[in-house]
Amino acid sequence: MFLAKVYVYYKKGVLDPQSGAIKNAISDCGFEQVRDVETGKFYNVKIDAADKATAQKIATELCEKILSNPVIEDYEFDIMEA
Amino acid sequence: MRCAVIQFAGSSGDSDCFHVFKNILNKPVEYVFYKESFAPEDFDLIILPGGASHGDYLRPGALAARSRVMKSVIDAAKAKKFVLGIGNGFQILLEAGLLPGAVLINKDLKFHCEDVFLRVENTDTPFTALYKKGEIIRLTLACKYGNYFAYSETIKDLKADNKIVFSYCDENGNTNLESNPTGSLENIAGIVNSDSNVLGLMPHPERCAEELLGNTDGIKIFQSIVGFIEGGKTHGKSC
Repeated sequence: MFLAKVYVYYKKGVLDPQSGAIKNAISDCGFEQVRDVETGKFYNVKIDAADKATAQKIATELCEKILSNPVIEDYEFDIMEA
Repeated sequence: MRCAVIQFAGSSGDSDCFHVFKNILNKPVEYVFYKESFAPEDFDLIILPGGASHGDYLRPGALAARSRVMKSVIDAAKAKKFVLGIGNGFQILLEAGLLPGAVLINKDLKFHCEDVFLRVENTDTPFTALYKKGEIIRLTLACKYGNYFAYSETIKDLKADNKIVFSYCDENGNTNLESNPTGSLENIAGIVNSDSNVLGLMPHPERCAEELLGNTDGIKIFQSIVGFIEGGKTHGKSC
């Protein structure tokens, strides 16, 4: 069994007003050192696969077909044995 | 003609659409559940209604777009049957790849529930033939993810091919930042696919389709497509 930790976030150039709003709130809280914030989504996915390469292939397909929308989002994942 | 209204888990605009066909237009209409499938020849027109299908989980329309019934809807669209997606139905069409682009959260992060003005940009579609080009209509908007986004090449193609059907505008027809409630690129409120047999729009024409509701600006979308289908016209190059 493998665990894929999947991160999905907006592509560069896609308007993410939520990030702007969070950044404003952070500044209002006095964190002047914080320059930028990006939001995204996180998924823990358990995959039943014979080996890591197969799990990677399944995770890639999963990200491209369902977990991300390629028009607006990029993804990345880490795979580990679970 | 035969019309289907698809019911996804959580759809809320389904009975409004059903009502328009059954009681206002007096046309045969039936519900199809999202776990069912059908053949392209079963229906002339398929409506994907509004309302947060599947809880808007993952992304609005994402789960509905991958349900069993959508395979049938995609087959029907490929067979040049007509598909109309309203609100969440538009989001489902985008997620299913039947229309180009995607939606983002509204620019002000708020759910917009209000009447909006739209300019009819393209009357050369089976869905808008009864409007006048440039006509300004008022429809109800109810969405949080109505901010249409696409790559600049896609926008260029949409404009060049005249596939933008409705734009957000003010009551005088001006399309600008102030008259754009969601932040959509090019003030886009509705688009058709390259064959003009699939229309998606964010505002709700079915909620503006009878005198009782105080606004009938939306009924012409339904009358147009019914007229087109019943007119026996094949889907030709005129659209």
